[in-house]
Amino acid sequence: MHVPDGFINTPVCAAAGVVAAGAVAVALRRARRELDERTAPLAGLVAAFIFAVQMLNFPVAAGTSGHLLGGALAAILVGPGTGVLCVSVVLLLQGVLFADGGLTALGVNITDMGVVTVVVAYALFRGLVKLLPRKRRSVTVAAFVSALVSVPAAAVAFTAIYAVGGTTSVPLGQVFTAMVGVHVLIGVGEALITAATVSAVLAVRPDLVYGARGLTAPLKLRVNGELVDAPASPAPTPAPAPAHRSVRALWAAGLGAALVLAGLVSFYASASPDGLEKVAADQGIDKNVRDHASADSPLADYGVSGISDPRVSGGLAGVIGVGATVAVGTGVFRVVRRRSAGGDDDRPARSSEAPRETV
Amino acid sequence: MGAGHAHKLYRHGHSPVHALPPHCKLAAVFCFVLVVVSTPRTAIWAFALYAGLLAAVAVLARVPAGFLLRRLVFEVPFVAFAFLMPFVVPGAHISVLGVPLSVPGLWDAWNVLAKGTLGVTASVLLAATTELRALLLGLQRLRLPPLLVQIASFMIRYGDVISDEMRRMSVARRSRGFEATGVRHWGVLAKTAGALFIRSYERGERVHLAMVSRGYAGSMPVIDEVTASRAQWTAAAALPAAALAVCLLGWAL
Repeated sequence: MHVPDGFINTPVCAAAGVVAAGAVAVALRRARRELDERTAPLAGLVAAFIFAVQMLNFPVAAGTSGHLLGGALAAILVGPGTGVLCVSVVLLLQGVLFADGGLTALGVNITDMGVVTVVVAYALFRGLVKLLPRKRRSVTVAAFVSALVSVPAAAVAFTAIYAVGGTTSVPLGQVFTAMVGVHVLIGVGEALITAATVSAVLAVRPDLVYGARGLTAPLKLRVNGELVDAPASPAPTPAPAPAHRSVRALWAAGLGAALVLAGLVSFYASASPDGLEKVAADQGIDKNVRDHASADSPLADYGVSGISDPRVSGGLAGVIGVGATVAVGTGVFRVVRRRSAGGDDDRPARSSEAPRETV
Repeated sequence: MGAGHAHKLYRHGHSPVHALPPHCKLAAVFCFVLVVVSTPRTAIWAFALYAGLLAAVAVLARVPAGFLLRRLVFEVPFVAFAFLMPFVVPGAHISVLGVPLSVPGLWDAWNVLAKGTLGVTASVLLAATTELRALLLGLQRLRLPPLLVQIASFMIRYGDVISDEMRRMSVARRSRGFEATGVRHWGVLAKTAGALFIRSYERGERVHLAMVSRGYAGSMPVIDEVTASRAQWTAAAALPAAALAVCLLGWAL
């Protein structure tokens, strides 16, 4: 899905570059909180891991095989900040070194494959881990769902970028159908592999799975053949306050309602295939006119295609939309809360406490 | 893989292009690709001139055409996509050998193919004439955040180590009679990936401790600062400047 040069017009590439730079800047700050001064070597090694694991071939059927994209895996294993950094670095080096993805399209590629994938996957993962019972299996399930959604979400993001600044006149509907269709299939494979990999890591070094921190059970000691709670460590696990619990219930209700609504509404909205065809045809003609005049103003068609695009989506797109909204909402909420908390964060405290339990 | 400190795409040499400072080359290639992308698709001759410019650089850098073309064949997966366009794009159709092809689709295919190929060629030339370390120094010089450059340098430094680790795992699997043929073997492969992650992460922790014990305090010392003289900047700017002239002509004509 690496976008080559000349596929997206220059203003949109520049805008995507600005978005990518902003996201990487935020990720740099976040990664320092996730890994403190170990950021450079650890993130570098994780990036090397992602680069290597993309070369691991997973045979599908007679002759064909696929490989992992790794965005969701990185998000779950090392956290969203470090994940965005690792995937961005991989994309940067692929662009500069291996000519995989255009140099001018680097911003598009990082926004699309790095930021959208990782952020959607992590937000969904955290939401699910909060909702599901606090067991190891639910982490695997959450990893599966978040990887499953993150890949088509990137395809939707690509289609949106294409709608604003695509230089070719392939009808938007066709691009959307092809991209999302193919990437739902890829997403299933990605989800299976990601879930299996996360559960493999979880079985051996649960403290390394960033997304599953806080799920560690209290340490038990076997004394005279029976399990006894270990003496309380100096830093006791922060018991979830009642207020926290009600927030979780709210989360559950809200997410459930949104998913049901999105699924049902989009199902009925897309029940008439003729409408879809018609919109696609309209879009195609629209694009042709614009391209022949070669008036490359992104704002001109922003209003047209940007609005009618989500209507084309099926039930899946609705669910993805909810995922993306949850992602954005969680991001805003986090930023606001961090501002109000005055900069002090709980990550380093937690990360310093995690190894203590395993010792 | 595992072939010393040079990457596969690098081609050792002592040409004027090799000698240019890396950040000049990076900036030149980026500006060149930017100019190419902004050229109107109807100016076919302009793209021929761009190809000529790149050929001149290749000759100057003593990169053989065969080397360049082989890389291009490897790295052009979007060609297939471009070839689909004349069939899926709506619009006026012409008949070529009895096959109806859409005219705007042909233009689109040409557009993506020409610009994409020129971009890939420029990148391949850059990678062929610049060492990895120099490339990273150049990126740092171009104000990429130092932490990002450090991450990239660790990735490159340990990329081969991790890939070799993965290859050893594959050898170990195969020597025990394992052969992945379908989806039901994904579990084993995923466990490999999980083990690889743990090994990479733990290696990262060891690397960090080794660095701390040698006095690392969050930033790498810059030992060899790359600098560029005015003459070197001018030499590097020749490529994008010539391309810009072609591009302006393309818009004017």
